[in-house]
Amino acid sequence: MITSAILILLLPLVAFIIQIFVGKRLPRKGDWVSTGAMFAALALSVGIFIDAVAQYEPNNVLATATWDWINFGPVHVTFGFLIDNLTAFMLVVVTLVSSLVHLYSIGYMHGDPRYNRYFAYLSLFSFSMLGLVLVDNLFGIYIFWELVGLSSYLLIGFWFEKDSAANASKKAFITNRVGDVGMFAGIMILFSITGTFSFNEVFAAVADGHVGGTLLTVAGILLFFGAIGKSAQFPLHVWLPDAMEGPTPVSALIHAATMVAAGVYMVGRTFVLYTPDALLFIAYIGTITAFIAATIAIVQMDIKRVLAYSTISQLGYMMVGLGTGGYTAGLFHLTTHAFFKALLFLGSGSVIHAVHTQEMDEMGGLRKKMPITFWTFLIATLSISGVFPLSGFWSKDAILASALGFGMTHPAHMPIFVVLLLSAGVTAFYMFRIVFLTFTGEPRDKKKYDHAHESPLTMTIPLVVLAVLSVGTIWWGWVEHMLVKPELASYGSHVASAVEHAAEEHGVAHSAHTIAMFSSVVVATLGILLSAVVYFWRKISADAWAEKLKPIHTFLWNKYYFDELYAATIIRVTLFKSRLFAAFDLKIIDGIVNGTGRLTAAFSRLQGSIDLRGVDGAVNFVARFVGYLGSQLRGLQTGNIQAYIMMALFAVVLLFVFQQF
Amino acid sequence: MNNVLTWITFLPVIGVLLILFVPKNSKNLIRVIAAVFTGLQLVLAVWLYMNFDTGTAEFQFKEQYSWIPSFNIEYFMGIDGLSIPMVLLTAFLSFICIFASWGIDKSLKGYFAMFLLLDTGMMGVFCALDFFLFYIFWEVMLLPMYFLIGIWGSPSRKDPDGMVRGGPYAAIKFFLYTLFGSIFMLIAMLVMYFNVSDPVTGGHTFNMLHLMDQANHGGVLADFNIRLWIYAALFIGFAIKVPVFPFHTWLPDAHVEAPTAISVILAGVLLKMGTYGMLRISFPMLPDAMKWEYFAYGMAILGLINILYGAFCAMAQKDLKKLVAYSSISHMGIVLLGMSGLTSLGMNGAVMQMFNHGTGTAMLFLLVGVIYDRAHHRQIDGFGGLAVRMPIYAAMVSLAFFAGLGLPGLSSFMSEVFSFLGAFGSELFDLRLITIISTLGIVITAAYFLWTFQRMFLGELNPKYADLPEINGRELFTLIPLGIIIIFLGVYPAPLLDLIKTSLNELVEVVKAANGPTLLGLH
Repeated sequence: MITSAILILLLPLVAFIIQIFVGKRLPRKGDWVSTGAMFAALALSVGIFIDAVAQYEPNNVLATATWDWINFGPVHVTFGFLIDNLTAFMLVVVTLVSSLVHLYSIGYMHGDPRYNRYFAYLSLFSFSMLGLVLVDNLFGIYIFWELVGLSSYLLIGFWFEKDSAANASKKAFITNRVGDVGMFAGIMILFSITGTFSFNEVFAAVADGHVGGTLLTVAGILLFFGAIGKSAQFPLHVWLPDAMEGPTPVSALIHAATMVAAGVYMVGRTFVLYTPDALLFIAYIGTITAFIAATIAIVQMDIKRVLAYSTISQLGYMMVGLGTGGYTAGLFHLTTHAFFKALLFLGSGSVIHAVHTQEMDEMGGLRKKMPITFWTFLIATLSISGVFPLSGFWSKDAILASALGFGMTHPAHMPIFVVLLLSAGVTAFYMFRIVFLTFTGEPRDKKKYDHAHESPLTMTIPLVVLAVLSVGTIWWGWVEHMLVKPELASYGSHVASAVEHAAEEHGVAHSAHTIAMFSSVVVATLGILLSAVVYFWRKISADAWAEKLKPIHTFLWNKYYFDELYAATIIRVTLFKSRLFAAFDLKIIDGIVNGTGRLTAAFSRLQGSIDLRGVDGAVNFVARFVGYLGSQLRGLQTGNIQAYIMMALFAVVLLFVFQQF
Repeated sequence: MNNVLTWITFLPVIGVLLILFVPKNSKNLIRVIAAVFTGLQLVLAVWLYMNFDTGTAEFQFKEQYSWIPSFNIEYFMGIDGLSIPMVLLTAFLSFICIFASWGIDKSLKGYFAMFLLLDTGMMGVFCALDFFLFYIFWEVMLLPMYFLIGIWGSPSRKDPDGMVRGGPYAAIKFFLYTLFGSIFMLIAMLVMYFNVSDPVTGGHTFNMLHLMDQANHGGVLADFNIRLWIYAALFIGFAIKVPVFPFHTWLPDAHVEAPTAISVILAGVLLKMGTYGMLRISFPMLPDAMKWEYFAYGMAILGLINILYGAFCAMAQKDLKKLVAYSSISHMGIVLLGMSGLTSLGMNGAVMQMFNHGTGTAMLFLLVGVIYDRAHHRQIDGFGGLAVRMPIYAAMVSLAFFAGLGLPGLSSFMSEVFSFLGAFGSELFDLRLITIISTLGIVITAAYFLWTFQRMFLGELNPKYADLPEINGRELFTLIPLGIIIIFLGVYPAPLLDLIKTSLNELVEVVKAANGPTLLGLH
């Protein structure tokens, strides 16, 4: 099984290397290399998954492997794989969506001048994402965490000639880095206390009570900062809508199905680390995110942006699931969301491919032109809206039940459930708004409509496969089986369980489920109906209401002004600081240095003039005197022998005269 | 191979002598001589690497001769795990820089002679085990560097603020600044000389091994306060070279005004001498100075300032070369922070960072040179969309930028992470808050590198550069080896770490033992 895991990781990496260096020269620019590698990885992942089902046990660890990697002497850092039920699950989700997106991209990206580079980046992403799922330690997850960020950067900015794409990619990377710094701080805390990065060893140390209390809460919240960035949670969600500048299949794979879910996966993976306080923090962040994003989605007109906000909102749901102790519910929603949201994005890509616009204003009536796209999109929409018996119904219901159960045992936190329920209705509303605006009614742009056509098979096959996966009524039972919440106690604890967040909720679980199910069906129906009234039957004019609720509409249209807020505060302060520091450096510090230099020079000039007039003056006087003497005496040197003899005679006479004394 | 360290140090001098006999107009012959001698030096460095015993913290390849017996001065050379990565880096970068200097035309006989002389000085600093000899080599570097910046750097110009800047200004600034630092080092050296006795003869000694042995310390060195003063003097001497805030303003000038290859040497090798000096001299000779824990906190805080201040200043720069220069200040701060915690992780991380910054910043400066040779300016905002026109160049720049911002899989990630982890996990000092604030630097760094990349390479192609030639073979020849090292050590840092860790772990033990038991109850 470890061999499979190594292959799963290496296949996309090798594909990346081949593509980046020789992709251009391969037949079909090498799209089959990346796609083939991904399908092979899918086959291997399915193999692991079948093993996991065959040897089923809750929290079963199927295989582990570690290799010595970085050895400092006192500290070893290892690289390793941890394959348990969760890993097996995630492997299939990632490779499946990735394979389908590869296939879809062959049609969608056809004719792009950087076609081979696109597939190279997709392979790089798949490698990083699979690594993130496979590794068994915090250090490794951080590495792959940043690498998925890199591939996301490269793919968002794939059409980098557009300024908006270049800006979006930069924004995504930097915003994620902010979260990553928090995550790194969390890792530093855990590492400095436990001396290890390994998940199991860290968990065991927590179970043994080596680390606990406030410090553990802080560490958990800091770790979660990483997830806030990567999973686009409030307040770092601003990068994801802009990330829609990337090619649409990329949005489906990275910014909907897999990478943005990495934060959820990470919280799930390290679930036993979170103290009740940390979990509560997670739950509230998730709730705020789910609500904010859902409300923004109501008014946006760009089809991909609506889906982006929908993704943010659904990721919020997953976080609430985890935060309220619904481990299974959160991760289950991750899975169902991966399929139906990938389907929604690929469906929107199919539409964009046909009409060459993302503005829903210019669409309408496409149902007849694009039947496969329409029906699969509708299935996904029903699923995300939580309509029985589609996959989204089961997973969303599980989260709502978890939130309700938590609210029933902790009445102070009932608002979480209420807000989520409300957001569920909003979700149904804005999702059907897309369906109605895009596929039904009269075409609003006749020229684009006439041009539209159903997409080629490489694009529609993935749609159909994902639609089948989104139906999945049989899901819930055995997902619950596979993804059983891990207990800290199972890590050899003598403290019974430091984190027992949802244990007492078992009593209310059943009634919570029933209530949640009924209420969610009711709000979903209401949302769909309202949407139909407004956008299908057009009994209520959306524009008129937008006018009536102008301030709210403007507020939502401008996305709660988050971008403006950040631009006016954090970004402005940073730029100001950088200019200030640079000026300080040039004027003050270097000014002092140069000033010292000038002062020294001035001092030396002063000394020099003293030297010149006084000391040197004396020296020069002597020299000048000697020179003067010499010049006067020079006249004697005539070269005339007689004169010399005369002088010699004169000298001899003088000598005699002196000798007389 | 008995005197391999002598050979590796003085080979370039032979090159200088040969070059002096070559007629001025045989330009290619001069270049080839320089390439051959630095190449031979590189071969010897690789030989050293292959024959280096990683299992011991002892000095290896020792050569010891009496030099000036009346003052007990020796010609004493030897290397350990701390020096060998620096020897490798020096030999490697010197060799590469010969090719980066291929286009130099102005009195190139003098240029290569100076360059080789500089090479000898650098190598000598990393091999010397006699403090006096160390000091000589340290000063020997100054003169060629002064001329290389002053003559072959950019010409003098009057800036809008009225200051006259340019190569000559930068050269004299560099020279005076370093000389200023040397005075402190000289005083410290003499105090140690007169107060440490040779265990055999009982006389004064410059022998570093004797200076490190605390049993030989006597005289005024018995007074802890004096030791602190000596430590502080050494720190100032080395801090100027690193450079540590606020002694850093010589760096942006020197780096920017120097020709490309010299910027590479400055940033790649010379900056490391500051931290090398601290690890070779300050720590082992005065290991107990950290008992006055303000030294450790001060060092960590200066590291923090370097990291953040350097990063913010880099962000504001309009000149690409100046941006890279400030990024060096930021990255060297990580070395300081890593050392200050006195942990195995931090110390090894710091030395890895010294090496990795050497390769990374060398790549950055070479890349700046590439675009400057083509566009004849370095204004970041003056470009735009170059990725379309020069995809290979853009790929190389992105590799160097991502290495600079510490992307996993590239070498500086490893060294940065372990420097941070080492400082954070210090058992002697509580540097946790300082470290966490420092990590904010990685966001700023990402921001300025990506912003710069966007302004230069993304967006619409600036029509002015519609026919800029792509990077050429000679330039790639200098860059690709660096790129390979950066990727290789990023994925698998063991070869570098194995080389250094025995010596550095030993150093950590010595310093920790001198500073008493664990102060913090973290473990």
